[in-house]
Amino acid sequence: MKPAPFDYVAAREMGEALEALHQGGTEARVIAGGQSLMPMLNMRLARPATLVDITRIPELSRIEAKGDNVTIGAAVRQSTLERWPDLADRLPLVRAALPWVGHTQLRNRGTVCGSVAHADPSAELPLCLIALGGTVTLRRRRKTRAVAARDFFQGMMSTDLAPGEMITSVTFPAHQTGTGYAFREVARRHGDFAIVACAAIARPDGTATLSVGGVADTPRTLDLPADAQGLDDRLNEFAWHLQARDDLHATARYRRDLVRQLGRATLKEALSCRD
Amino acid sequence: MPRLTQDETHPVRFTLNGRPVSARVSPRTLLTDVLRQEIGATGTHVGCEHGVCGACTVQIEGEPARACLMLAHQAEGCELRTVEGLATDDALSSLQEAFREHFALQCGFCTAGILMTLDALFLRQPDADEGAIREALSGHLCRCTGYAPIVQAALAARNRIKGGPIDA
Ligand SMILES: Cc1cc2nc3c(=O)[nH]c(=O)nc-3n(C[C@H](O)[C@H](O)[C@H](O)COP(=O)(O)OP(=O)(O)OC[C@H]3O[C@@H](n4cnc5c(N)ncnc54)[C@H](O)[C@@H]3O)c2cc1C
Ligand code: FES
Ligand code: FES
Repeated sequence: MKPAPFDYVAAREMGEALEALHQGGTEARVIAGGQSLMPMLNMRLARPATLVDITRIPELSRIEAKGDNVTIGAAVRQSTLERWPDLADRLPLVRAALPWVGHTQLRNRGTVCGSVAHADPSAELPLCLIALGGTVTLRRRRKTRAVAARDFFQGMMSTDLAPGEMITSVTFPAHQTGTGYAFREVARRHGDFAIVACAAIARPDGTATLSVGGVADTPRTLDLPADAQGLDDRLNEFAWHLQARDDLHATARYRRDLVRQLGRATLKEALSCRD
Repeated sequence: MPRLTQDETHPVRFTLNGRPVSARVSPRTLLTDVLRQEIGATGTHVGCEHGVCGACTVQIEGEPARACLMLAHQAEGCELRTVEGLATDDALSSLQEAFREHFALQCGFCTAGILMTLDALFLRQPDADEGAIREALSGHLCRCTGYAPIVQAALAARNRIKGGPIDA
């Protein structure tokens, strides 16, 4: 399995990358860590005419904690974020989720933004971005825009990314005092894609949200009021609403049951660890 | 702008096990293929070519990563280590010794990749416990050994590297 031929542009600055993407149009693709794109090239599921490597652009390799937000540049690797000293304080949910993203050998090259761009419905980082209400910053030659994560993910591996455009960073709202976070996942083996992944956030006012990946075509969120009366019924309704399907790894029924059981356990954990 | 065109070969240079190497390859050439076919470093094995099996794992800037999921040109200027870099002169590394003593391989196809992962793990985390070792190994498929001897060898090597008791 070898990739079909393509031109390769090792961009050294943003202008070069944007120009190459503009010229390449729909036939150009960004390559970041390559941990999802290379398998697709090797299997010839993707045959871009131009690959634009953005990992050598210095301004994209920054993690910035500003005010209530953490912004992660498009060249930041998953393992770099994993080792960021402020991760536990600033992004406890992401810290809990990162060890579930493939294996360390993959996180050493895979980027945070690459996972968001790839938009696999089972992927952990898009789930966290949606759960926390984060944003995606996109840039093309003469235009920069920010899109809410909930609008960016449009379907299975499909996003709001336009031809000629790239993600320059993603922004996660940082931890707020009094909030609890929890992440749980069931996969066939640690490092495999999630059968069901749950991210829960419990706020100081008693409200909570549960976001679930691996079931619908994008991660979905359930908002829970402070009283959380009839939680089981709400979870059950949510589980059916996700329209789980059978596949090789799990039946729809098993997935629904995981949404109920794992969902409840994840919510409980988030509620109990509010600080 | 440095555009490498698809129909031609282009020079790529990196450091392999401490020595500078170079080759001329087309943009679509995988790092595994440049290592094995252009440079002749065939210790790095190729199994699945889509990141799942771990046979091709090498160290890039000291961190284990899949060589089959990297283009040769992405390695430009990088420092690479492969299984050929583990032994010094005629002596196997402690890790390799432990693999030999504990029969931690049968066909040996997965071994090079596993060694590169464990070597990097012990460099970063000399006191890695069995849980950390097993988690690192979860990125590798071995179809021969059932992992028990591999874990034992890893524990023995860790103890030796730390200067602790030889037996795991
Ligand atoms: C064996 C294996 C197991 C895995 N398990 C998991 C798992 O459990 N969970 C999980 O979440 N992921 C998993 N992955 C996927 C992997 O973790 C990737 O790291 C991640 O999805 C992609 O990041 P990347 O930087 O490697 O992106 P690339 O592979 O370089 O790119 C992926 C896609 O995103 C686009 N892209 C990348 N960066 C940008 C950008 N800045 N702007 C616009 N488009 C961009 C590319 O064009 C491409 O379409 C696994 C992969 C493998 C091979
Ligand atoms: S050959 Fe690279 S992971 Fe299988
Ligand atoms: S020793 Fe044969 S595959 Fe591992």
